[in-house]
Amino acid sequence: MALSEIKAPEGMQVVYQYPESLTEVPTHYCPGCTHGIAHRLVAEALDELGLRERAILVASVGCSVFSYKYFNMDSCEAAHGRAPAMATGIKRASPENIVLTYQGDGDLASIGTAEIIHTASRGEPITTIFINNAIYGMTGGQMAPTSLPGQKTTSSPFGRNVELAGYPIRMSELLAQLDGAAYVVRRSLHNVREVRKAKKAILTAFKVQMEGLGFSMVELLSSCPTNWGITPEDSLKWIEDNMVPYYPPGDYKVTDAVKALI
Amino acid sequence: MARGTIHIDQDRCKGCTLCTTVCPQNILVMDEDKLNAKGYHPALLQDPQQECTGCAICAVICPDVCITVFREIPVRASAVATG
Amino acid sequence: MPKEMLKGNVAIAEAALRAGLQAYFGYPITPQTELLEHLSRRMVELGRAFVQAESEVAAINMVYGAACAGVRVMTSSSSPGISLMQEGLSYIAGSDIPCVVVDIMRGGPGLGNILPSQGDYYQVTRSAGHGDYHPIVLAPASVQEAIDFTTLAFDLAEKYRHLVIVAADGQIGQMMEPAELPAMQELRKERPAWALTGADGRAPNVITSIYLKGEEMEAYNQRIQTRLAEIKANEKRWVEHRTEDARLLVVGFGTSGRIAYTAVEAAREKGLLVGLLRPQTLYPFPDEALDKLADRVAGILVVEMNAGQMLDDVRLAVGGKVPVSFYGRMGGMVPMPDDILQAIEDVYAQQVEKQAATV
Repeated sequence: MALSEIKAPEGMQVVYQYPESLTEVPTHYCPGCTHGIAHRLVAEALDELGLRERAILVASVGCSVFSYKYFNMDSCEAAHGRAPAMATGIKRASPENIVLTYQGDGDLASIGTAEIIHTASRGEPITTIFINNAIYGMTGGQMAPTSLPGQKTTSSPFGRNVELAGYPIRMSELLAQLDGAAYVVRRSLHNVREVRKAKKAILTAFKVQMEGLGFSMVELLSSCPTNWGITPEDSLKWIEDNMVPYYPPGDYKVTDAVKALI
Repeated sequence: MARGTIHIDQDRCKGCTLCTTVCPQNILVMDEDKLNAKGYHPALLQDPQQECTGCAICAVICPDVCITVFREIPVRASAVATG
Repeated sequence: MPKEMLKGNVAIAEAALRAGLQAYFGYPITPQTELLEHLSRRMVELGRAFVQAESEVAAINMVYGAACAGVRVMTSSSSPGISLMQEGLSYIAGSDIPCVVVDIMRGGPGLGNILPSQGDYYQVTRSAGHGDYHPIVLAPASVQEAIDFTTLAFDLAEKYRHLVIVAADGQIGQMMEPAELPAMQELRKERPAWALTGADGRAPNVITSIYLKGEEMEAYNQRIQTRLAEIKANEKRWVEHRTEDARLLVVGFGTSGRIAYTAVEAAREKGLLVGLLRPQTLYPFPDEALDKLADRVAGILVVEMNAGQMLDDVRLAVGGKVPVSFYGRMGGMVPMPDDILQAIEDVYAQQVEKQAATV
């Protein structure tokens, strides 16, 4: 039975149902991976704002490389790191569409740093969902630009040594400095309260695009139980204990025009 | 408090256990007696005392969107509106 | 050294290390990431330079820099990453700089897939970048050859001050075989005279690939061509198997050459006079060897994991003397020995038996 067809029992009404903006294809993400939560929040936001039919997704290269199978909308696959450039091309060609990129930390903060900086600086009215889980998931657990000092990964087997590999990059803080960025915020997915805050931020980000106010990005602190080598439950704790102190959730850029929206 | 219930799509469930860690009523468990087609122990609502309130917190944390949430249609709503 | 079970990617990495690799710069991409991971541990253990770059573009430019400083340096990638590196490779080729690049080829075009392929043949042999040059291209067909060719790559790169590419398909990178690693070479202490080390008591060394005046650019290109002629004269490598009395010659490199070997043996069991030529250098291509064999065989069957790329070089080499047929798989599909055997039998019937019948 299709998830959208599940009926409420006698005397009850549906309070939460599968969002229309997601296909019903079961995802390939690992058990407990917060990509699933992020996908769901984006889909719920698009549903609530009635944007599904106008939306165009630019998928990126990472664990979410097949995100186009899970989002029920027009989509395309960008080369690694280039999604913001592809999104720029689409938005310039079709300003009435809602264009979003969905990128991991390798895609956005490593190979794609030039593209995200310039897309934000140009103030392209697109929306970027940035999944920060401090590791490269798809290729098997290598260090990411967001990996924490001392963090063991398959390409920092002795722990990230800041002398040799430098320090992690805080992308929200970095992009917030650009005049073209209208709404740049960081939220977390490590508990229910934070997930609800993340949902609100994603709604705002899409509203920013609807009003043509400039570039919007929501960075989401996320988990990777498989490559961190811990359980899904412990992964959420790891985000809270280790990532939140280094990457504080907060609003890094909110222009006056955006404040009027919220 | 209104009563509620949920439907878990046990075939979609990947046994991640996150729903069991957030349920305020502690009525979600992993079904150790069952393996779904993917080989996971799916989540299961164990609610003999009908304690589920339909708060949907489980659905908020579920990464695989397995959970549909239902709540009693409030009987007193019309009384409140006219009050 | 004793034989050990080694994964291709790890074997190449360790062989480079033992050949005196002083710096490695790379980026994760399947199916070669184990090479980067192995060096992320070993290079750091030995106090040598390792950086996981922000992208392949950055990596190849880090390689360019370290190469200009005169050290033994390497990067590795796979097809989409090699495409990203092309600009950097052209700069390296335009600067007389030695360097080694490993391409573990995967299905394409585009993002493609992570299955083994030989679809980069044109790319790596023609130039792997813009302009008139050819890298030396070595094509291993086993983990042992991957080790041997990695060591050889550094020697050739320095002998000619030239770009050398070790081109293996993803199967070679991923598989495990018993193989022998060489002994650890001592790290070289001296830097070459042309390297950038600081103009202390000597005139400055300038490394550039820009020559604004046409005459100078042409002269530079002429030097590359002269060097390529020398490389062609001295560095062709290939393996022949049962070609002495062959009537049909099968030509394949890397994994397709290796599988073709099994098919050739099976064909011989059936009484067909088939032989195999397996190029080990894709550039310089063993054209003279093919030309000689074309005088003796009735037909050639080229087997590749692409749509027919080395096929062009085989055709050029034999100059129309004999018909050249093709059996290929694309998109990361790997042929089975029986598939190649079937192609051998079909071509044999068409070319060899038909020719015999008309004599």
